[in-house]
Amino acid sequence: MDAINAEIFTLTYGSMVRQLIADLEDVNEVNKQLDTMGYNIGIRLIDEFLAKSKTGKCIDFRDTADKIAKVGFKMFLNTSAAVANWNADSTECSLILEDNPLTDFVELPENYAGLSYCNVLCGVIRGALEMVNINVSCNFVKDVLRGDDVSELRLKLLSQMHETYPYKDDD
Amino acid sequence: MFSSPLYRLNIVDRPLAKGKGEVSLSAFSFLFSELVQYCQTRVSNIGELERRLEDIGVGVGLRLLEILCFREKNSKRDIRLLDVLKFVHTSLWKYLFGRQAKDLEQSNTAEDEYMISDYDLFVNKYISVPKDMGALNCAAFVAGIVKGVLDGAGFRARVTAHFVPMKGQPKPKTTILMKFDSAVLAREHRLPSL
Repeated sequence: MDAINAEIFTLTYGSMVRQLIADLEDVNEVNKQLDTMGYNIGIRLIDEFLAKSKTGKCIDFRDTADKIAKVGFKMFLNTSAAVANWNADSTECSLILEDNPLTDFVELPENYAGLSYCNVLCGVIRGALEMVNINVSCNFVKDVLRGDDVSELRLKLLSQMHETYPYKDDD
Repeated sequence: MFSSPLYRLNIVDRPLAKGKGEVSLSAFSFLFSELVQYCQTRVSNIGELERRLEDIGVGVGLRLLEILCFREKNSKRDIRLLDVLKFVHTSLWKYLFGRQAKDLEQSNTAEDEYMISDYDLFVNKYISVPKDMGALNCAAFVAGIVKGVLDGAGFRARVTAHFVPMKGQPKPKTTILMKFDSAVLAREHRLPSL
């Protein structure tokens, strides 16, 4: 796959977030906008992921989380995440970001403590999984920019639809 | 509260990463396309859209100048016009696109205008401009980066991106036109000639 200098990506993202803050003037609105943009990216990104990653169908949600962490992050952000903190019935887990290229060069000022800087990632995961009939909720529970030791994304399975054959849409 | 040893340090005390990292071009393109679409919701015409992209690029350029000067120039910054132009044409371009720009020219008609042209800028790779927006060039973002670098170095300029159709080439080339402030040229003339 074609690659690009990670710093340009990082700085472009940073510049975009600054523009959003200037436009929307409210961190909650910015968080929402970032999530929406991520969602739009996710619903397109899944196509490329499926076409190029050569991974098959996920067996269960554990498998899904593993693929996001090990294949998805590797493919697009050239980093990987650890999957941890599963709940008892395997519907919730955390993605621990070891090295998040989006947060390079970033320092969150105190008055923007409510900003979920990398919220775009939540949107991407949500959008991408929705396209393969898995509904999840996704949000940051820990963020290095807010002083936590790691960035932790909490992934929660809401519902999973099974495609039944024959597909109704194709009629 | 700040438990990680790295993040406990103030950001300026942390070591500056080497910058060898790469991410996939798709990741950038997805982000950039969202950025263009977002900007589009807040403007009423193409000129404004390009200006917004340029503004976002300026923020990138200002920071790139710092990084590149620190890494490649031993924290020294160029003070002569020609040196700065060469810096943009060579160092900046290599950093952004992995190669130096095709041409660096001075305009025949105006002393204060310089042009850098190149084909296939990555911002335009996955972008097809609809017919009714024919004049739009998303390289305005790159123009913004160049403007950020020039402004940061103390060479104020108006920077714009244009498509220039080329004979015998299927794709137009993109020209980044830099028009420098009169103050910049006046200063250049006062300095002893190179």
